[in-house]
Amino acid sequence: MSEKIKFTIDGKECVAKKGQYILEAALENGVYIPFLCNMEGVKPAGSCRLCNVKINGRNMTACTTPVASGMEIESEIPELQELRLSIIEMLFVEGNHFCPSCEKSGNCELQALAYKFQMLVPRFPYEFPLKEVDATSPKLYIDRNRCIKCKRCIRTIKDEKGRSFFAFNKRAHDVEICLDKELAATMSDELAQEAMDVCPVGAILRKEKGFDQPIGTRKFDKQAIGTEIISVVENINLEGKE
Amino acid sequence: MRTIINNIIEKFNGDEARLMDILLDIQAEFGLISDEVVALVAEGLNISSVDVKQTLSFYHFFSQKSRGKYTIYLNDSAVAYMMGRAEIAKVFEEECKCKFGSVSEDGQIGLFNTACIGMNDQEPAAIINGTVFPKLTESCVKDLVKGMKEGKCVTDMVGEYGDGKNGSELLKSMVNNNIMKKGSVLFSDYECGSAINKLVTMTPKEVIGEVKASHIRGLGGAGFPTGMKWDFCSMAEGDERYVLCNADEGEPGTFKDRVILTELPNLIFEGMTIAAYAIGAKEGVLYLRQEYHYMKAYLEGVLNNLREENFLGKNIAGKIGFDFDIRIQFGAGAYVCGEESALIESCEGKRGEPRNRPPFPVQKGYLQKPTVINNVETLSSVVKIIENGGEWFSMMGTKETAGTKLLSISGDCKYPGVYEVEWGIRVRDMLEMAGADDAYAVQVSGPSGVCISKKDFKRSICFEDLPSGGSIIIIGKQRNLIKDIVCSFMDFFIDESCGSCVPCRSLPVILKNKLQKLLDGNGVMSDLTDLEDWSKNMKAANRCGLGQTAANPILSTLKNFRGDYEALIKNKEKDFDTGFNLDAAVAASCEAVGRNPQI
Repeated sequence: MSEKIKFTIDGKECVAKKGQYILEAALENGVYIPFLCNMEGVKPAGSCRLCNVKINGRNMTACTTPVASGMEIESEIPELQELRLSIIEMLFVEGNHFCPSCEKSGNCELQALAYKFQMLVPRFPYEFPLKEVDATSPKLYIDRNRCIKCKRCIRTIKDEKGRSFFAFNKRAHDVEICLDKELAATMSDELAQEAMDVCPVGAILRKEKGFDQPIGTRKFDKQAIGTEIISVVENINLEGKE
Repeated sequence: MRTIINNIIEKFNGDEARLMDILLDIQAEFGLISDEVVALVAEGLNISSVDVKQTLSFYHFFSQKSRGKYTIYLNDSAVAYMMGRAEIAKVFEEECKCKFGSVSEDGQIGLFNTACIGMNDQEPAAIINGTVFPKLTESCVKDLVKGMKEGKCVTDMVGEYGDGKNGSELLKSMVNNNIMKKGSVLFSDYECGSAINKLVTMTPKEVIGEVKASHIRGLGGAGFPTGMKWDFCSMAEGDERYVLCNADEGEPGTFKDRVILTELPNLIFEGMTIAAYAIGAKEGVLYLRQEYHYMKAYLEGVLNNLREENFLGKNIAGKIGFDFDIRIQFGAGAYVCGEESALIESCEGKRGEPRNRPPFPVQKGYLQKPTVINNVETLSSVVKIIENGGEWFSMMGTKETAGTKLLSISGDCKYPGVYEVEWGIRVRDMLEMAGADDAYAVQVSGPSGVCISKKDFKRSICFEDLPSGGSIIIIGKQRNLIKDIVCSFMDFFIDESCGSCVPCRSLPVILKNKLQKLLDGNGVMSDLTDLEDWSKNMKAANRCGLGQTAANPILSTLKNFRGDYEALIKNKEKDFDTGFNLDAAVAASCEAVGRNPQI
């Protein structure tokens, strides 16, 4: 068994395996730290910056920082919650997010976070940028209006040789995701579904299949994002398991 | 074409980590990297086309379309404008009959903007097919364009050579060094190889001990203690280690590394060799910005001489088992690659996106091996530390910042150039030295540093007071601080963000728009509070130094020149937002449906 270390988040005592990232360890201890780019089992990107926590007064991303023994982590403090809300607002103004017409509404993590943080009108002016929808591949639509550049698709969707289907193109404000034309032609339905599922928003959608999950039964329709983590841990505790 | 591409790939052993070099060779060969070529490279390296494209599209000097037989990159930094860039640009456009950002109709001449090219002391300056043309005047632009229309070779159009080694056979450059003050470290007497000869009589531990005793701190800007960095690296686990020299000097207003590279290249390579000995590295990389490509043949010549003299290669200076060699890795135009972990990514052929830390480069750096990465000036200074001892070095400078510093001074002053001063020099004395009698503001350490006003001219340049990576831009009273300086710096950060972190990708644009609103006369007092509050998030939320400092131009001028901002707000009582222009907002839809917005 690997070595266990103790640490606290907002005063709550937690236990982690040595070398574990803070975000992963927090979730296992029933503490929700908001995030968008992170994915279980995938090398963290540390790019959405939502999981910023404070350690010894310094801001660090929980998804990329390993837990150290005795670490005292601050997370749900007004300063950080405000920072997180502002990042969510930035994402809303730099893209074009029209929830009512989006197939991912209810399953969208950005939308769910906006609800959780009770975002009303973003403090920043909307940019209303002109973005392209790329429907040239046989299995997927890429709607860049909704892409939040979290790199989940880039990091996970690969062919059997390890080649990436997705990659960034350009840089800075113009950065966008691209789907490799040649590889896209070989994409299986399963991989196409996986690509759609890893996307936290509605930027990657399958063709010839849509709206198969009715509104009202979607992931965040009745439950706020993050609450599922806390309830899972409570259930585990009730059942007397570790 | 396939053969040419395959030969290039083969030259780099089909190694994906050398994608930068492969793309640089292709760009040089064809003048562009077409989709067809991208597919061939992907096939040759067994990666996807989008993976090739993600590196290619990250760097400013790679292009998928032709940029002309003659490609002119004219610096558009704030200081270039101070020195008359706008007029020069106009002459270029008139003579070439095309606008900046495009290629002339016959495909001959391309005009493009580029960020600071490290020539702030001799602006306006342009890079044409790799050759630098400084101090451009209307008549020399006309001559240049005439020459290009006649089909002359760019190197044949080079005029009078610059001072020092700029005139040497392999450089033949018009660039001037402008060394205005020689100090007692970098510009003291130097005999190539004497430090290495001493080095091999010491143990690596003793070398690190000497560097620690000197208290030298990284001179690229971050100021991390060099001895400690080497110590960490030497202790990190790894079968191989690397020494990287950061010569990506991209901070607008700094050009001191250019001068060291020109006048004292041996010093840099010797410094890298010392670092290699201390940590046990066999390979080193000099990461050189594309803007300094004109030094390629010259620096390679210097490396060859060092190999011949056995100061590089096998059993260096007769020490059995001390093997080390250096290759030059060119960048392709990305400021963020000056950040050490982004530089490493770029050396590995990837997009220059800074890495998450930990792990630090000393633990897992180049090719995931322990790596020491130091700035040109730091490594050069280390040579003198080994020669003269750490204590000698530590006696200079201030309590917390030992030694000397090269300052690149430019802007509104009589004597722009490079000054080697002891750390701790007062801003006032520095201004006097540079012949800046009526400075309104001084930008210390470039756009990522701070902009100070007269009340701070008594302060000193050192890590305990005003840290500086070397860029000093003097701003005279005749300038419009917000329009000419702050906006230019924000545009720079907008272009140069890698785009990975949300706040760094998104906020600078929002902040710049807010500045524009103020400049357009639509500002209200609450805009200033917004600017301040939003800017603070940049420091708090971003991963790397670029993102954390990208709002500094606004934060420091809001603090030190608040009056300049308030003067832009006509009615200070008004508290509602007048930034929204209804007519402009509906203009596109009105045009589409043919409606007049006034009715």
